Amino acid sequence: MSLVITDLCIARGGIPVLDGLSFTLEPGQALILRGPNGIGKTTLLRTIARLQPPVSGRVEGSEDMIAYAGHSDGIKATLTVAENLIFWASVFGTEGISNALKSFDLELLRDRPAGELSAGQKRRLGLSRLLVTGRPIWVLDEPTVSLDVKSVAMFAAAVRTHLEEGGSALIATHIDLDLDCAVLEMGPFKAKLPAIEDFDGGFL
Amino acid sequence: MIALLSRDLRLALRAGGGFGLGLAFFLILTVMVPLSVGPQPALLSSIAPGVLWLGALLACLLSLDRLLALDWEDGSLDLLATAPLPLESVVSIKALAHWITTGLPLVLAAPVLGVLLNLPVPGFKWVVISLLLGTPALSVIGTFGAALTVGLKRGGLLMSLLVMPLYLPTLIFGAEVARRGAIGMDIQTPLLMLAGISAASIALLPFASAAVLRINLR
Repeated sequence: MSLVITDLCIARGGIPVLDGLSFTLEPGQALILRGPNGIGKTTLLRTIARLQPPVSGRVEGSEDMIAYAGHSDGIKATLTVAENLIFWASVFGTEGISNALKSFDLELLRDRPAGELSAGQKRRLGLSRLLVTGRPIWVLDEPTVSLDVKSVAMFAAAVRTHLEEGGSALIATHIDLDLDCAVLEMGPFKAKLPAIEDFDGGFL
Repeated sequence: MIALLSRDLRLALRAGGGFGLGLAFFLILTVMVPLSVGPQPALLSSIAPGVLWLGALLACLLSLDRLLALDWEDGSLDLLATAPLPLESVVSIKALAHWITTGLPLVLAAPVLGVLLNLPVPGFKWVVISLLLGTPALSVIGTFGAALTVGLKRGGLLMSLLVMPLYLPTLIFGAEVARRGAIGMDIQTPLLMLAGISAASIALLPFASAAVLRINLR
């Protein structure tokens, strides 16, 4: 199942940020989104994850296909690493967290309360959640924040495995992940439209 | 769904989860009332049903703050919104977890605290029945209020102001059942109204809560 974006225009807080964006993401492919801060990478990813509606244009093939990982990891501090993962596995209707623990080297931390993890370890736990979702399209917003070099390599390896298994990934990042994939520069799609006149906040 | 319920219950019971907050408030309020009113058993026994209901309502209100705000802060709410679970069932489960950790303990504590307030003997049964029928509505309406204010920093005040008027019908009919029951009057009309309010809230409000939550997550 491929993800098809057609002539997409998105806005943040009533101001259009990206306009005329079209691309297709086929199974087995990854796409890196690049662009300066504030260009609308997060807004684009949230639109694709159906957390917010586009101003115009279409997003096809994303329904019930997406595993989204945003700036926060969605980790409960008082639950252990394993409990956090088991929870997400059962929400997504999958079983077994050992693969996720192994891929991100969390086996030794398994029974540690997530609140006691370091920032990088928390991020690894947040990313390992992607593996237990069983969803084919990963939509990742700056996944490497607070990861060290070794963990970034671990993450890149997990993405590679995911692509080999027929999944796809859309990654907004500023660093080089050493993945063999296309890079989409967001700069040329910067919206030149005026602010939306009848913007009524949340009820748009 | 069961996973979400058991996670929420587990979080509530672990350190810092806020379990017992409502119960402690309820206990403090009902212990303080006889001390502030003074040694007047007849007066106390006539206000007891109302005090128990008011205490339960405020205790419920106190714990609404964290109902969705914690999941919003750590990003779980975004992730739950992209999960296969519909948001309507997420908010229903959240309301159920809130009722189990707050409403149910209040129902169970009410008869014990009724003793402190010199509640007339026939009243015990009706206080428990009315709270049992009414507290689910308090949790469901409260979840709606929490969903409305979820993105706001320190939205507790706004939420109390929004939720308070919505709580009034439940309070009026719930306290009326308890009051009439305590003095041996016919309770059928307020009891049916209370049950109706609870049933309608449980049936309709999850859809409203899910809709406002979708808007707030944008």
